[in-house]
Amino acid sequence: MKKENVIEAHQLTKTFGDFTAVNAISFEVKKGEIFGFLGANGAGKTTAMKMLIGISKPSSGSAKVAGFDVYTQTESIKKNIGYMSQKFALYDDLTVNENITFFGGIYGLPRKKIKEKREQLVSELGLENISNKLVGSLPLGWKQKLSFSVSLLHEPKIVFLDEPTGGVDPITRRQFWEMIYKAADQGTTIFVTTHYMDEAEYCDRVSIMVEGKIEALDTPKKLKEQFNVDSMNDVFLKLARNIE
Amino acid sequence: MKTIGYIIQKEFKQIFRNKGMLPIIFILPILQLVILSNAATYEVKNIKFAYIDYDHTSTSRALIEKFNASTYFDVLTDFNSSKEASSAMLAGEVDVVLEIPNHFERNLLKEKTTDLSITINAIDGAAAGVENGYVNQIVQSFNKDVKMSIMDTSKKSVQPVTIESIPSFWYNTTLDYKTFMVPGILVLLVTMITLFLSGMNIVREKEIGTLEQINVTPIRKSQFIIGKLFPFWIIGMGLLTIGLILAKVIFNVPMIGSIILLYAYTSIYILVILGMGLLISNFTDTQQQAMFIAWFFIVIFILMSGLFTPIESMPKWAQIVTEFNPIKYFVAVVRMVMLKGSGFMDILPQLWKTLLYAIVMNGLAVWSYKKVN
Repeated sequence: MKKENVIEAHQLTKTFGDFTAVNAISFEVKKGEIFGFLGANGAGKTTAMKMLIGISKPSSGSAKVAGFDVYTQTESIKKNIGYMSQKFALYDDLTVNENITFFGGIYGLPRKKIKEKREQLVSELGLENISNKLVGSLPLGWKQKLSFSVSLLHEPKIVFLDEPTGGVDPITRRQFWEMIYKAADQGTTIFVTTHYMDEAEYCDRVSIMVEGKIEALDTPKKLKEQFNVDSMNDVFLKLARNIE
Repeated sequence: MKTIGYIIQKEFKQIFRNKGMLPIIFILPILQLVILSNAATYEVKNIKFAYIDYDHTSTSRALIEKFNASTYFDVLTDFNSSKEASSAMLAGEVDVVLEIPNHFERNLLKEKTTDLSITINAIDGAAAGVENGYVNQIVQSFNKDVKMSIMDTSKKSVQPVTIESIPSFWYNTTLDYKTFMVPGILVLLVTMITLFLSGMNIVREKEIGTLEQINVTPIRKSQFIIGKLFPFWIIGMGLLTIGLILAKVIFNVPMIGSIILLYAYTSIYILVILGMGLLISNFTDTQQQAMFIAWFFIVIFILMSGLFTPIESMPKWAQIVTEFNPIKYFVAVVRMVMLKGSGFMDILPQLWKTLLYAIVMNGLAVWSYKKVN
């Protein structure tokens, strides 16, 4: 069964002056897929992602996200995607409940639906006792999980996660990936950037960006065969060394 | 509309949850109003006054007694020579030195005229001008007394001919500087607090990264901006209210005109300031940058607003520059409405310009706020 593409990028490029941050990348992501977007620091992952989520205008090339054009239909894209940034982006000085209400509100969910979602989310994350605590007082791992759940509030078709597990402990990372799988099972497409190569193994397909270009794109299994190594870590190192 | 409600709700929660911010918003302005209104005075008092009396007659003593009786002068000491006096002035011990020449009384009686020498420390030119005015007043009144007594002793039946102007001060009959300063300082605090709060607020979200999160939501620019700025509009109006109450209770400043008119004008004026704050935050990345730019404008606006120095006495080019100063209009309107009882038609020119300013500022601010880079 051939699934529809929810992200299509073609020769997508972003330059800042003389510097080409993203150099003509092309790829497709299918509905319900977990797409790993890998690359070293400064390889252009975040820049590429920002073009796809409609907060950065591409210099050239084309892309469609959830069927909408990244040049002209950014606001329609925004209705259909969720985004969790590298920086923790909930309000520290609001409580768990207030954050959920606020983001539900600006996505235009009806009041009743917000209440429903809030209760569901709080119980799923086991935050019942602290739902009236300020988010700033929570440990990072909990914040990240909350942040991910908030990005799913409006039931987006695609969720973009920019290094979601940076700085959290292995147990929380594991729980985080369980949440990702659950969302993917429900048909949400996951577009995730990461540094952790073990996490790359959890993805359906991964692309590896080096210096603004996509140098490899396939399932983890096939990439390992292609480069004749045992782990994604080695795939990554091989690619990075070749460039040097 | 509902979306705006969510943002406003969130803003108010954040403002009132910030324990450091509340006193800054409400207590500091009150202190400012009370302290500045009492301290920022045009009156010059406690002038350090010294004299050199070469004459030593009853007339010269009478003149010195006049200075002594004045509440503005503290008669310090007498010097024996002008050399002593000038070294005392150099040391900052005296501000004004009166030198009464030899034969002062004799010349007055015989030649009907004589000279007096006054030396004034004019490092502060404005104060020196005021001091000169006081000295002249006292000498004039002394002059009149002397004329009368000369006439008396010479037994002439001719009445002294003097022309005197009797000023009548309108709108602030007692020339109480507080009546003049309090409305101005009220303007200052409404402006400063709203500009800083609005300028700092959006930059802060930029800094902590939540603005990016907002930008990936389908929220409309106008919704976000209105939701963001409305709470500060309310706070600005609240400050005006507190200020007006204090002005009445503490300083007994009259409110001759319509208070509704004042509120109506202020509601538009605050829009100008909020637009400016938003514009600043659009072009800055950190709160420090925003703070410095806001300060830059505030200082220029305040010094060129007619609050402390009259605009009429500025050079022509500066007067043209003040046309772009929103604070100038607010100062004028507050003083006009409160002290003079000006009505809607009287403040119409200021109202128009402020309205135009509000439209331009907010237009620019909305235009320069970019969800997409």
